[in-house]
Amino acid sequence: MGVITNQGILDKLNAQFPDAIQDVSEPKGLLTFATGREKLPEIIRFLKEDASLAFRFLTDLTGVHYPDRELPLGVVYHLQSMALNRRLRIKAFLPLNDPRIETLTNLFPGANWMERETYDFFGIIFEGHPDLRRILNMDDMVAFPMRKEFPLEDPNRRDKNDDFFGR
Amino acid sequence: MSEIQLVNAPAGVEGSGFFATSLDKAVGLARSHSLWPLPFATSCCGIEFMATMGANYDIARFGSERPSFSPRQADLLMVMGTIAKKMGPVLRQVYLQMAEPRWVMAVGACASSGGIFDTYSVMQGIDEVIPVDVYVPGCPPRPEAIIDGLMRVQQLVRGESLRRRGSDEYRELMAKYGIQ
Repeated sequence: MGVITNQGILDKLNAQFPDAIQDVSEPKGLLTFATGREKLPEIIRFLKEDASLAFRFLTDLTGVHYPDRELPLGVVYHLQSMALNRRLRIKAFLPLNDPRIETLTNLFPGANWMERETYDFFGIIFEGHPDLRRILNMDDMVAFPMRKEFPLEDPNRRDKNDDFFGR
Repeated sequence: MSEIQLVNAPAGVEGSGFFATSLDKAVGLARSHSLWPLPFATSCCGIEFMATMGANYDIARFGSERPSFSPRQADLLMVMGTIAKKMGPVLRQVYLQMAEPRWVMAVGACASSGGIFDTYSVMQGIDEVIPVDVYVPGCPPRPEAIIDGLMRVQQLVRGESLRRRGSDEYRELMAKYGIQ
């Protein structure tokens, strides 16, 4: 297995999925790109099963929220290829009123709890997940606390002014 | 004479070969010098409590010789550290499993008021779920502060009437927390 550059990985992906990959960047050498929710499972399956890429380790899966964007909620996937010693990052953005994306649990069993956590904090619904319920917060919580509209602190408190904390 | 200070006898009638006092005071004296604490330590305050249990500060001097992790034998619940909302029911269950008479001490800013964690996941003071007798300020409090808190609990225990736990006020307080 020879050395493959980020451009090489991109070329392979573009050949396989024309027009599916946008916003390519390489911050600190980490290949990053965005895609739509329709293509995402196929792309990850391809990255995992292609013998010359072999991105067989899902490092992390989490959410992100940019309230000003047209598609504010995002899911961020970090993959690693042990064979190539190479990592990459994939983002998929979703509309706020319909934050659904296909689950990865059939590809990576480890995605199970990560997706539960992302649902817990961002309210992103992973379709096909075997057991999508909250994992860290209390079961009776109704909000998704990592979304930006969730207030960081209770604004009505009088006993925790900033002057007590040197802020 | 040795340097050791003995506890003063409670107010009472003294004569040759006998000493009479009220049962309240005798029981209070005995209870206050054998408080068995149940350390419920979740964070940094718990580490501070470990220092308090160590040889330098030696919480055993106060008769708190046996940190009990068995709620039914413990008198004093010491809650030390951040209590997340998810931990609230567990803390309450531990409190409910303690036998009367029982006292509660909230050690440090988190247990008393949620501290710096004014967030969605942290209970803003344990008095939301269980009644508290003594609050110890500090973040984290030094061992001296924890000892001071313990001595204040001792004062409460010493002065408590034997009928307090049956009184209407106490029942009302318990009802406020939905106990019984």
